[in-house]
Amino acid sequence: MTETFTLKGRTGDWEIVLGLEVHAQVASNSKLFSGAAVGFGAGPNEQVSLVDAAMPGMLPVLNKYCVEQAVRTGLGLKAQINLKSRFDRKNYFYPDLPQGYQISQFEFPIVGEGEVIVDRIDGTSFTVRIERLHLEQDAGKSIHDLDPKATYVDLNRSGTALMEIVSKPDMRSPEDAAAYVKKLRAILITLGTCDGDMEKGNLRADVNVSVCRPGDYEKFRETGSFSHLGTRCEIKNVNSYRFIQQAIQYEARRQIEILEDGGKVDQETRLYDPTKNETRSMRSKEEAHDYRYFPDPDLLPLVLDPAWVKAIEAGLPELPDAKKARLMSAYGLSAYDASVLTSDGDVAAFFEEAAKGRDAKLVANWTLNDLLGRLGKDGLEITASPISAADIGALVGLIEDGTISGKIARTVFEHMWDGEGAPAAIVEKHGLVQITDTGAIETAVDALIAANPDKPAAVKDKPQAIGWFVGQVMKETGGKANPAAVNEILKAKLGL
Amino acid sequence: MSELTSLTLKAALEGLRAKQFSSVEITRALIAAVEAARPLNAFVLETPEKALEMAAASDARIASGDAGALEGAPLGIKDLFCTEGVRSTAASKILGNFIPEYESTVTANLFGDGAVMLGKLNLDEFAMGSSNETSAFGNVINPWKSASGGNRALTPGGSSGGSAAAVAADLCLGATATDTGGSIRQPAAFTGTVGIKPTYGRCSRWGIVAFASSLDQAGPIAKTVEDAAILLTSMAGHDPKDSTSLDVETPDWAPFVGKSVKGLRIGVPKEYRVDGMPAEIEKLWQDGIDWLKEAGAEIVEVSLPHTKYALPAYYIVAPAEASSNLARYDGMRYGLRAEGGNLTEIYENTRAEGFGQEVKRRILIGTYVLSAGYYDAYYLKAQKVRRRIADDFDQAWQTCDALLTPTAPSAAFALGERNADPIAMYLNDVFTVTTNLAGLPSISVPAGLDSGGLPLGLQVIGRALDEGTVFSVAGALEKAAGFRAKAERWW
Repeated sequence: MTETFTLKGRTGDWEIVLGLEVHAQVASNSKLFSGAAVGFGAGPNEQVSLVDAAMPGMLPVLNKYCVEQAVRTGLGLKAQINLKSRFDRKNYFYPDLPQGYQISQFEFPIVGEGEVIVDRIDGTSFTVRIERLHLEQDAGKSIHDLDPKATYVDLNRSGTALMEIVSKPDMRSPEDAAAYVKKLRAILITLGTCDGDMEKGNLRADVNVSVCRPGDYEKFRETGSFSHLGTRCEIKNVNSYRFIQQAIQYEARRQIEILEDGGKVDQETRLYDPTKNETRSMRSKEEAHDYRYFPDPDLLPLVLDPAWVKAIEAGLPELPDAKKARLMSAYGLSAYDASVLTSDGDVAAFFEEAAKGRDAKLVANWTLNDLLGRLGKDGLEITASPISAADIGALVGLIEDGTISGKIARTVFEHMWDGEGAPAAIVEKHGLVQITDTGAIETAVDALIAANPDKPAAVKDKPQAIGWFVGQVMKETGGKANPAAVNEILKAKLGL
Repeated sequence: MSELTSLTLKAALEGLRAKQFSSVEITRALIAAVEAARPLNAFVLETPEKALEMAAASDARIASGDAGALEGAPLGIKDLFCTEGVRSTAASKILGNFIPEYESTVTANLFGDGAVMLGKLNLDEFAMGSSNETSAFGNVINPWKSASGGNRALTPGGSSGGSAAAVAADLCLGATATDTGGSIRQPAAFTGTVGIKPTYGRCSRWGIVAFASSLDQAGPIAKTVEDAAILLTSMAGHDPKDSTSLDVETPDWAPFVGKSVKGLRIGVPKEYRVDGMPAEIEKLWQDGIDWLKEAGAEIVEVSLPHTKYALPAYYIVAPAEASSNLARYDGMRYGLRAEGGNLTEIYENTRAEGFGQEVKRRILIGTYVLSAGYYDAYYLKAQKVRRRIADDFDQAWQTCDALLTPTAPSAAFALGERNADPIAMYLNDVFTVTTNLAGLPSISVPAGLDSGGLPLGLQVIGRALDEGTVFSVAGALEKAAGFRAKAERWW
């Protein structure tokens, strides 16, 4: 267990408690209750059906595909699938909510309790308990900045299916919260139930933040009583890992300042402004809507056939946790390497492709350190990598059979990145083949000793000084000499 | 021509098929009748051109032998049904001149069978009312007048007052209507017509302006039981666009009318003998019992103990759903939009101007009963009552096959008479709301006249999906009652 994250205040230490409500847009071609298409980039109000526009007499019909995705996700979160659930109306007025209510699941969600195991960078891990997952409609979009006097409404998103995944207050640091969302995203992408595109808002989080004194959280976990925790504020719609962390940092500080000044934190909904790095009040508890939830009379209770759920379960892909365990046992990778590789299904697939018949640890190193580092610098996803998995494998193959050294491999990698083709061809073209011919190395060593007659004695006194000889030989051979062979010959010639 | 307008639907269909007259001819006759009957205010929109166009197309299909079940029959459509390209208002100012780009499933079914639309019929605003007085287009006047009431204008009932008045006055061969708490049956009883609310889920609600989704059902108002059976056969059917539509076969109901009721057990629920019920209605009920007995049915007394809770439960559930269903009328996308300095003002002004008093009352009641802190005491309790009422009926079906009750606690009353007291108005629904809460089929059949010469109706209630028995019993009552009276034409 890592150390508890604390914030220092004037009156002592504070801890933070975080619970997340993640909204994941269901990867579906049509909306939750209408046949209208879903997609990014369509012109305003081009993907709106009569139902989405709430024309008189229009009725919702549940999209079975979206239900299937929610069940898949529930199974992926190792959660209880509720064979009977219900849709309720959440009533409020807003121009981007044409019906005047959002169809959601209030009392009886489709998915109950589950859990997500999250790995930290330091190799430790923690469990986030999932409270529920429910299906609901997204609202449209209000555009306030096109005209100083008017608001425009785009209903393309109206009625799109969302899965709201509610965690228990199990995260205790900004990093943990971001790591949880990252893990959740990896699971969703693996399942194919959400594309995880945070920039487009297809995955976004409402972050509940409260602060407490050391020891209080443990009391909460023991008793289940929220009275041990501070009053929470909900920060709406945060859509990047960085913003999640910044918003939490800011909000926790804000609450601590209020409390240390003898004030009281008001339960309210807040908005995070990344340009100013601050949270602002959206509406207080008093201004909070009375949503008047009640069962939607246009829809029957949703009843699932257990056999159908079983069939979905049987068709689940290998999930990140299972994949991580397999990579560790099958390839002998460390928990950390396996965890990073499986945090993105595409990276794991790339690795496995590259590792076919190669030294897996070496492939993992090249994938994680060299390739991911380089991709990250250029802001590229692994699917857009200019170097193929097969070529990374081939590069490792050249190191393994002694054709090139690890050092030369870096040069070859650069050429590969520049699109010069397969590593073997690059090695040949640039004459980078490693010198393993002992005769050539011996000649170089002899010449070196002859030119520096005082050095061999010094090496005898201080064996580490052999490094100087190695360096010189490598320089002479343009880095192509096999380092192991150089060492061996030097030791023999110097009588070490 | 007047003979054509007074034909029953059944007789008209036979005449059309036999080419005794054309659809254009009967349509012309009815268009003339509609124009002459404007003082009744039954239609909020006459569509004579569309009617003649449809009639001509029907005549062509009859000529080519492609006639549908309702080919060439002119009908009136309650203005709660959205009709493609034809203004649809729910009798509310808030919909303004709303012209739908779609056709409701029920009207599409009727037109698909060859029916002709004469126009859109008046109703209580959003179907909320029992006297047709809440309509933004003004009330409908009942074609019937009481011999003892001077020349006072009477209500045709509501909410389907336009439908009932138009059928009673021979302005159409039949009409569509909807029933949320009695809105088909009570107007039928007040106008000497037949009206059936089928089992919940028989008729698709798609394209019908919603009042209370879990209670709303479409059905016909017609001149005879058999006409009602013919119309309902066309209107009903599974619709995948309505999740509450039942995926069951739609029988041909006409043959059930005239079927013997011998051996059927008819239940008489004792709880329907309410205090203050006029003696004439008591007597009519007894007549009905005697007629069915004579026809060979067995009469059994049954108990529906939770009946007294039905009306309060209904006036919680229906407004609750309505408060949410009517939220979409916000001035943002269609219909009326009032000016305002900011968003809240636009909402407030639009809805204040657009909705009438009764609709506002129900939105307020509905909003209240769903509010935090009141939900359990009102909405949830009402839902429990609803379950009990359904259980009562299930219990009754152990000992009987159909139930016989009066349709309404009085004959048609004078316009304006009950406006001051909403509770008195709501009491109109006391015998009808129970079957909406339980989702059961129920029909009103004209069975006699009161001392003032006004029609009175009897209600037959059946098991879920057993419209067949309901039609058989209603047919037996119709035959025994020999109800032939017509409103004397004064318009």
